[in-house]
Amino acid sequence: MKMRSSPMRGPSSPGVLPQAEKELREAFLTEAARIPGGELLNRCIQCGTCSGSCPVTYAMDYSPRQVIAMFRAGAIEPLLRSRTIWICASCYSCTTRCPADIKITDLLYALKRIAIEKKIFPRRFPVYVLSETFTDMVRRHGRNHETGLLLRFFLKTRPFKLLSMAKDGLALWWHGRMPFKPRKIRGLEGLRRIIAKAETFDRPQEPVEHDNLTDTVGYSAIMEPWGRRAADHENGRRPPRRRLATVL
Amino acid sequence: MPYTYYPGCSLHATGVSYDKSMRAVFGKLGLGLEELDDWNCCGATSYMSVKETVAFAITARNLALAEKNGGGDLVAPCSACYALLNKTRKFLGEAPALRADVAEALAEDDLECRLSVPVRHPLEVLMNDVGTERLAAAQTRSIADFRPACYYGCQILRPQRAMDDDPEVPMAMEDLFAALGAEPVDYPPRTRCCGGMLMATAEEVAVKLCEELIGWAQERDANCIVTVCPLCQGNLDILGRRAELVGGGRPIPVLYFTQLLGLALGCTRRELGIQHGLIPLTVEARPLPVEPAAVGMEA
Ligand code: SF4
Ligand code: SF4
Repeated sequence: MKMRSSPMRGPSSPGVLPQAEKELREAFLTEAARIPGGELLNRCIQCGTCSGSCPVTYAMDYSPRQVIAMFRAGAIEPLLRSRTIWICASCYSCTTRCPADIKITDLLYALKRIAIEKKIFPRRFPVYVLSETFTDMVRRHGRNHETGLLLRFFLKTRPFKLLSMAKDGLALWWHGRMPFKPRKIRGLEGLRRIIAKAETFDRPQEPVEHDNLTDTVGYSAIMEPWGRRAADHENGRRPPRRRLATVL
Repeated sequence: MPYTYYPGCSLHATGVSYDKSMRAVFGKLGLGLEELDDWNCCGATSYMSVKETVAFAITARNLALAEKNGGGDLVAPCSACYALLNKTRKFLGEAPALRADVAEALAEDDLECRLSVPVRHPLEVLMNDVGTERLAAAQTRSIADFRPACYYGCQILRPQRAMDDDPEVPMAMEDLFAALGAEPVDYPPRTRCCGGMLMATAEEVAVKLCEELIGWAQERDANCIVTVCPLCQGNLDILGRRAELVGGGRPIPVLYFTQLLGLALGCTRRELGIQHGLIPLTVEARPLPVEPAAVGMEA
């Protein structure tokens, strides 16, 4: 499943999703299905509590409420290209206050993962580089080494930034808060085996069944593939996923 | 049974004073605290953004180790670790597909995760297992000069809250420090976000958040900000030194709640790692004015 990179293609006729959007929708629903409560997505009443609670809405291009609205309207691709998913500080204000129990923060994580998988962002994109550097650090030592993480992160993204940060870094070091030597855990081999195995379960994990996807936008686009996929899983290897609650 | 201690990566580096003060306070109260043997990184939010099953699996390794060692409740002071360990427990408990995957991954290292060990935050442990009264009875120094702005941040209240407190207006720290004679100021942004890792990825956004947090503390005339999280402490401590953020006011030192509590319990500044703070703490704990009330109250 390859995504056309640009430009964003609109639906070929009203009410019909373009192929690229359908694929993204499938990917997103697969991710959302793994989130307990992820299926509540269709309960959003567009009240805006999430956007009002979010401390960083002002820096986003689409507010959390708009994110849900755009997904329903069949516009995932702009979401994957948005600043929003990377600006989210993961503070969970929106999620705790949402009157419909929508797991907005975790859904944003799902969008991040898809955007990363599809490589939809500029090279050296800070959040991605930070995540990659971080995961590499854990694979190497079993623990995160803050000094090394920040050094490598800024070297890769904004080397000049290191100069202006040197003052803070030195102050931390001077106060005994920046150890230079990373500590390795003893069970590193075991941890690596766990990671390697777990990786095989992460997306892309199942063939995308295009014919199971609906052509419509709006609620039915959320509900149909879900119900069918849940049924497909009943005989499958994995335990069945939650069926989408029919609350509408 | 002693508590099993999960320090997390930050407490070995930028949050070293949290580690020191945790051990000092638990030691002073006679509570056992045993570091989880060979713990690994909880994965923080970084792993969540890249690979979900891996994120849950590496966090679950810690839970599995804690169970295997048969120790007491897992105590995680870093808010991010606390939230992630708990999120993992919750998700594994509620999503059978995910749990099966994680179990298969853990089996690679002969580990098994039964989710039998609760994950707790030290603030909640001290409030519930020890209690304000016993803490006040163990007090040996006066902290009456402190006017802390108690800052809870995000992750111990959301998505799963650590305390039976109101998640919007928690008062646990205010209650604790008021009972110890300090004067907590009213601090409305107590549960707002400090920006966390945005400090590295989108600095201007984090700076704005911290600026508001610091401004509010200045406005309420707090003489220290008390946090429960190494990320909050780091961000506020580093940014709090910048002249443009502090305006004309004096920089406000940022303490861990265990440091202020430790001062009241008679730990030394060195034991509590006060020297690691970038903004020097000028307020001192003083001898208790009257006869020490605490007699024979060994915890
Ligand atoms: S708070 Fe919940 S219901 Fe309201 S707009 Fe946001 S996601 Fe929708
Ligand atoms: S979790 Fe993200 S989207 Fe939700 S309120 Fe916090 S920063 Fe905003």
